[in-house]
Amino acid sequence: MTDPHLSPAAASRLKARHAAERRFRLYGQLAILVALGFLAVLLARVVHQGYSTFWTHSVTLSVYLDPARIDRSDLEGNNFDYLAAGDLLKRLEVNDDALGLASGEAMDLVSRDIGFALLDRIKADPRVIGTTLTLTVPVKANADLYYKGQIRRETPAEDRKLSNRQIDWLDQMKREGLVKGHFNSGFFTRSDSTEPEQAGVLGAVVGSALMLLVAALIAVPTGVLAAVWLEEFAPKGRLSSFIEVNINNLAAVPSIVYGLLGLVLFINWLGFPRSAPLTGGMVLALMSLPTIIIATRASLKSVPPSIREAALGMGASRTQTVFHHVLPQAMPGVMTGVILALAHALGETAPLLMIGMVAFTPGLPETLQSAASVLPVQIFIWENAAEAAFHERTAGAIMVLLAFMIVMNTAAVILRSRFEKRW
Amino acid sequence: MPTPLAIAALLVVSLAVYALGRRRVGRLSEGQSLHSLPGYYGLWIALWTGAPAALVLLLLMAGGPRLESALLTANPPAVVAAMPSETAQAFWSDAKALADGQSTTRIAWSPDERKVLKEKAAEAAALESRIQLGGQAAALVLVLAGFLLAWPRLAPQLRARNRVEGWIGVLLALCSAAAVLTTIGIIASLLYESLRFFHSVPPLDFLFGLDWQPQIAMREDQVAAKGAFGAVPLFVGTFLVMIIAMCVAAPVGLFCAIYLSEYAGPRTRSVIKPMLEILAGVPTVVYGFFAALTVGPALRGFFNYIGSWLVQGPFDPLGQYLMAVQNEMALTAGVVMGIMLIPYISSLSDDIINAVPQSLRDGSYAMGATRSETVKRVILPAALPGVMGAMLLAVSRAIGETMIVTMASGAQARITANPLDSVSTVTFQMVQLLTGDQEFDSPKTLAAFGLGLTLFLVTLTLNVIALQVVQRYRQAYD
Repeated sequence: MTDPHLSPAAASRLKARHAAERRFRLYGQLAILVALGFLAVLLARVVHQGYSTFWTHSVTLSVYLDPARIDRSDLEGNNFDYLAAGDLLKRLEVNDDALGLASGEAMDLVSRDIGFALLDRIKADPRVIGTTLTLTVPVKANADLYYKGQIRRETPAEDRKLSNRQIDWLDQMKREGLVKGHFNSGFFTRSDSTEPEQAGVLGAVVGSALMLLVAALIAVPTGVLAAVWLEEFAPKGRLSSFIEVNINNLAAVPSIVYGLLGLVLFINWLGFPRSAPLTGGMVLALMSLPTIIIATRASLKSVPPSIREAALGMGASRTQTVFHHVLPQAMPGVMTGVILALAHALGETAPLLMIGMVAFTPGLPETLQSAASVLPVQIFIWENAAEAAFHERTAGAIMVLLAFMIVMNTAAVILRSRFEKRW
Repeated sequence: MPTPLAIAALLVVSLAVYALGRRRVGRLSEGQSLHSLPGYYGLWIALWTGAPAALVLLLLMAGGPRLESALLTANPPAVVAAMPSETAQAFWSDAKALADGQSTTRIAWSPDERKVLKEKAAEAAALESRIQLGGQAAALVLVLAGFLLAWPRLAPQLRARNRVEGWIGVLLALCSAAAVLTTIGIIASLLYESLRFFHSVPPLDFLFGLDWQPQIAMREDQVAAKGAFGAVPLFVGTFLVMIIAMCVAAPVGLFCAIYLSEYAGPRTRSVIKPMLEILAGVPTVVYGFFAALTVGPALRGFFNYIGSWLVQGPFDPLGQYLMAVQNEMALTAGVVMGIMLIPYISSLSDDIINAVPQSLRDGSYAMGATRSETVKRVILPAALPGVMGAMLLAVSRAIGETMIVTMASGAQARITANPLDSVSTVTFQMVQLLTGDQEFDSPKTLAAFGLGLTLFLVTLTLNVIALQVVQRYRQAYD
């Protein structure tokens, strides 16, 4: 500050002002940094906790179906897990004790899948009794966690879910090549289960897709047509401004209130099934209706009047003008709004809790009216589960959900940048 | 025939009628000109044929199950009448499940009851088919009547386009009415159930009671224990979490908006804005997961560490307290909710700051003001009403937010202003009350609707004020 026209006092004032300017700018940068930092930490935590879900371990066992130990009259009553555990012990060269404690502990290392698989094979062809079957099934969740290093030998034995002996066995199984790590395809081909190693997201993904389909089928036509009426046909007056205020307020109503509406209106008054994709889809449709209307109106508004005037001048009626010219021009904007609204609906949880979606639902939903699970609620349920193995699955399911959201949002961004016209 | 199949059949019939009408008017027009394009004649007659019947079928689909259960339960047999209401409900749902061939509940009915159950299941199946048949017969009559009445009027001079456009206008107006109907539905359902709740718990006890303990089991004959449904602790908890959230979100969100609109160049903007949009698009259940498994333990670890440092010093009691802090504190839910609100506040404020006319900025710069002075002395005062509106909208969202508090805050309702205590919120309690066992008539479940109504009214008031403010502000500069 050696400017000759500046008095020393003014120079110091200017210095202070410029310092204030730099500080202010810094606050802004800090705010951005904080927001993006939160986003980074959030995503990093989810990935860090969830990536291990996509890798799992399976064990291959050859089970001798001893005719002496299988009761043919009551196949379902047989304990096939116990048979399999016997084979595992034999492989490990351990003799079972009188109480069967060793078999019990061995049984706790292999998924109960093996019992069901054996039962299915015998039901399909009873002649397999007396032969030896070789099967590959997942290891139990705790064993999987040990292989992934989340349960450690160093932890005092009473604080971990596996005994010293079980850990020795697991090491031995790994050494002898009984256990192999592989991509966890079961996570994508199975539905919810009480056993973590048998739980997957397929049921929830299908449920979410069905629900979104119902919501889209109801909300998109209704919302777009309502917006067309409000923007192009409605007489400007008290009624239309009342509807407009109404829609703006509906867009800001907490989502849980829509859940209460669904519970009372659809389930109690109209007798719709609880926890079904149909009911959930209708609730989500009501919820995304105002957002779709607002987005559609904005994009109709951006179509210049000259388009309308040209069509009207050529002798088209008002309806023809709107449906043949204005709406097609506005379509990219409408689609962007619709996709964003549906992406939001896909991640919505609270209203679905209100209509009974928390119920445990193994298997795939058969119809629109049968009980189903959906992805965000599945995340909520798993997050509450006690078993540690469900925690990685929660994060895994979140990654699946976020992947869907990213796909939808990217589609919206592409639509917007590719097709939207600037007039 | 199941109703969806009937609707599909109706669609096929309408299409056929469309083709028929189009062809017919083409034949009639020999030599003279048509008033409208031929397609409009087809549409006109197809609408008369299909639309009324479609309405009936849709009503049948929405109201059929309800009508069936009303007729079925109208005259309960003596065995069922003697049951307590929950068991009777299970009985009826089992009867229906049996009729539909679905799995029943696992209640072991006595042989007597089993017999009645089978009878009722048969009755339900019969009723269902009768209702379906009746509705579809009515639809068929309407199809025939519509077609027969409209067919003779099909003539070249018929103003078919105007008629069809009239139908379209009605359809569009009905779609807009759906939005109003949703509001009416929300208010009606909340009011109806809340009134039932306020029947057993006086509204004043609910609004001003200081004790919230709905878990206390209540016998059917017992009047609601006085004071068990006082919602003040929940209001205080909600308010506390909201204040913490706004303390995080308001400055960060506002500064983000200021930086983006006044400082950042177009390239920085085009990178940062989509990232903030990602943050806005993260589902709330993911925020809840983040709060419960990351932020909660981290904050607890931090406070426990400080506590262990203070313990046995001059601040021993404080240290002891900090050592005992739990994951489920108000601070956890508040901070994470604040993170969720940052992009919301930022994008709303960004729009508002951008709406401040450039001439105000230019005037300020011309006077030699620096950028920060312009922002502080000119832009923010001009944008203040709009920014306040944005903040109010954020407050309303914070109050109504459910998943974060459900996953990260405690179940114990208490009156406290300490962010390290566990508090419970209105939305958390609504989830608690409605996801447990469902006995629909107990005050315990109905209390959720009392809370829902309060929540709805408070957020509605905030939204109306905020939207008014924002709108008036926009008009001022447009």
